[in-house]
Amino acid sequence: MAHHTLTPRQYAILGSVALCAPLGDTCLSRGMTQLPAISLAHPLSLIAAVFTPWIAVGIALLIGFFASYLTALSWADLTFVLPATAFGNVIVALFARFWLQEPISWQRWFGIALITVGVGFVANGPSLTERPAPVAEGVEQEQV
Amino acid sequence: MTLPLPVFTASFWAAAGMISAIVVTSTTGEVLTAAAMKSIGDLDDIRAVSGMRGAIRAVVTCPLFFAGVSFLALSFFSLLFALNHLNLSLVAPASASLTLVTNAIAAKLFLHENVDRRRWTAAVLVCVGVYFLAH
Repeated sequence: MAHHTLTPRQYAILGSVALCAPLGDTCLSRGMTQLPAISLAHPLSLIAAVFTPWIAVGIALLIGFFASYLTALSWADLTFVLPATAFGNVIVALFARFWLQEPISWQRWFGIALITVGVGFVANGPSLTERPAPVAEGVEQEQV
Repeated sequence: MTLPLPVFTASFWAAAGMISAIVVTSTTGEVLTAAAMKSIGDLDDIRAVSGMRGAIRAVVTCPLFFAGVSFLALSFFSLLFALNHLNLSLVAPASASLTLVTNAIAAKLFLHENVDRRRWTAAVLVCVGVYFLAH
């Protein structure tokens, strides 16, 4: 069934996609920068990194992101869901400005405006590409 | 003849290689995963009929899903490797911006999604926006 108008629950899932991804990436970054440099000669060091606290929290957040992402992909197009992921960067920037009181340059405000307009463009359109419904074939077969 | 531009150094190509690896594996994984989820159908509908177990079973028994997850895992380890050598402020926006564009192209070619003018405009706006947000 094609959903062109999203329900509040579906908006909440897109919000979860937007929030969990950048927070997870930030945790991964903090964890990886605390580790010594890893070379291609010792790839197993990457596996060991998974069990450090920051990386583990990052992975937990990214699992939450992936579950929301899969759910969203089951009722919306990939090109509809992806801008929601990018909108997470806006949420993190606003979080930094108004809660952490970090200054935001005009370039960043411009970036926030562009992403918001871009997400608004997609959100106003249909969430799913219309395709011939497989139910119709079954109905035709029954009629035959 | 050597290129005089300082950007074409070994470290530039190493960074480009790391970011390209993330973009290629991520795009492949996301397109395969999206194809898997479309073949499975609306998870909310499946959960309403078969419960959460039914929805999880529907996902984990789809071979296309595992192909997608394998590429996403490759992308994840490429990201970890890149974060160990490069700054998050470079890796995250560069890979996110490029992946948006490559995904729009791949979704049109392989998933036959209706990537109309509205979605192309959004992809470009978000891509440029992520670039500005990182600077």
